[in-house]
Amino acid sequence: MTEFQDIVLMKGNEAIAYAAIRIGVDGYFGYPITPQSEIMETLMNEAPWTTTGMVVLQAESEIAAINMVYGGAACGKAVMTSSSSPGISLKQEGISYLAGAELPCLIVNVMRGGPGLGTIQPSQSDYFQAVKGGGHGDYRLITLAPASVQEMADFVDLGLQLAFKYNNPAMILADGVIGQMMEKVKLPAYRRRRTEAEIREQCPWATLGKPATRKPNIITSLELDSVIMEQNNLRFQAKYAEITKTEVRYETIDAEDADYILVAFGAMARICQKAKDLAREQGIKVGIFRPITLWPFPSTAIDSFSAQVKGFLTVEMNAGQMVEDVRLAVNGKVPVEYYGRLGGVVPTPQEVYNALVAKFNLPN
Amino acid sequence: MVKEIIISGFGGQGVLSMGKILAYSGLMEDKEVSWFPSYGPEQRGGTANVTVILSDERISSPIVNHFDIVIALNQPSLVKFENTVKPGGILIYDPSGIVHLPERKDISIYTVAATDEASSLRNSKLMNMIVLGGLLKVVPIVKLENVMKGLKKSLPERHHHLLPGNEKAITRGMEIIQPLG
Repeated sequence: MTEFQDIVLMKGNEAIAYAAIRIGVDGYFGYPITPQSEIMETLMNEAPWTTTGMVVLQAESEIAAINMVYGGAACGKAVMTSSSSPGISLKQEGISYLAGAELPCLIVNVMRGGPGLGTIQPSQSDYFQAVKGGGHGDYRLITLAPASVQEMADFVDLGLQLAFKYNNPAMILADGVIGQMMEKVKLPAYRRRRTEAEIREQCPWATLGKPATRKPNIITSLELDSVIMEQNNLRFQAKYAEITKTEVRYETIDAEDADYILVAFGAMARICQKAKDLAREQGIKVGIFRPITLWPFPSTAIDSFSAQVKGFLTVEMNAGQMVEDVRLAVNGKVPVEYYGRLGGVVPTPQEVYNALVAKFNLPN
Repeated sequence: MVKEIIISGFGGQGVLSMGKILAYSGLMEDKEVSWFPSYGPEQRGGTANVTVILSDERISSPIVNHFDIVIALNQPSLVKFENTVKPGGILIYDPSGIVHLPERKDISIYTVAATDEASSLRNSKLMNMIVLGGLLKVVPIVKLENVMKGLKKSLPERHHHLLPGNEKAITRGMEIIQPLG
């Protein structure tokens, strides 16, 4: 296996692969699609099955891959899959089943423009799919939005930690910019994979073979008795409420004295930082609010700026999805505007600045 | 110090690799670096480009509108990016196949005949290294020794015997770059 110095230069997709090997992921199951194919390519090149024992498997389809994840997760293994938008759509049934069976796993979506096969260029138009459902049923997906190659590496561990803490699937919702760009990254330290004994202890629900001393573990999302199914749902809801209370993550930049706040996630938050600098050069006090968890959404934290600012501008590479959650958070106290580009077009810092000036009638 | 650079040319000219070597060189000098490629289908026969940012401070956006340095290695790239050079910035292009010359008067323009030079060296693959040499002569953003370190790092070991040839090409690029007009 390649040994690195502390700081290396690599693509976001590569960082995900190296992080997965290093933190002791047990299995990766995927099917190639641009702009995230480097994840599986890197794993195949590194051949971790010869070192850590991690399984890397190219499935026959995205649907097969997510169901392999279901199987691995049911055995208490740390397993993951990755794809890009059209492939993530194919996985939605499996994701709903994983949520319904309360199985931990990590799903990576490096978004490209849609709908349909769309384009291969960067996009953020799967926000609704990730945070509002995607699959059927009342479930939630812990959704992390990385804005740097470093966070691509870090969120593999964080995503799986959260998934195992709550027995729930977690998603890294990245975009083509973060997947394809290279920057400096400090990879996580090596951690060996858990032994079967450790998994048995940490995941007593796992189906690793039944000793004579206990009843069989049954992992399923099916419950034909609706009264029991309602109880299951209430248990899920209580878990989601706990996650909402405990796991919200966000970052603010220059927000303390801001008159206007740009709300953006992922690569868009990086582009907005440059737009913020352009605005500050013109004497407009602009700050950044970057949700790191898209679900649970940092509603309270955003609303805490409602009394201070004259308005929010939500900037997204989609037709205006997260803006709905920002509006719910702010609840009409100040204007919440939207700016975005669609179908794989990435807004430039100047465009964001121009939109800010136009939406709020600022002196240019 | 922050340098925002775009390198653009035909797919296959080594545009992305040149950007990668530049980024690695920056890493060797402990700079902040970002490298963002055009990864679209246009790379097959069409144009490819890469944005490289080298900075002493944390880099915000990996995507920018205007560049300190534009390196255009074919006519479509020259047309597309001439107007994105910041006033007072630098435009470097390879005159091979260029019919429409750049018109800006508020920037410094240089030519580096890398395609011709590479064919006289009988190795078209060295073309991007010649351009890189030209760039480093005009703007010594990274030291040659760090470029060589970066090159060593970005090349698999089985290709390390090619390093002296690359160094020679960089030096040649430093010699042949010249201001336009």
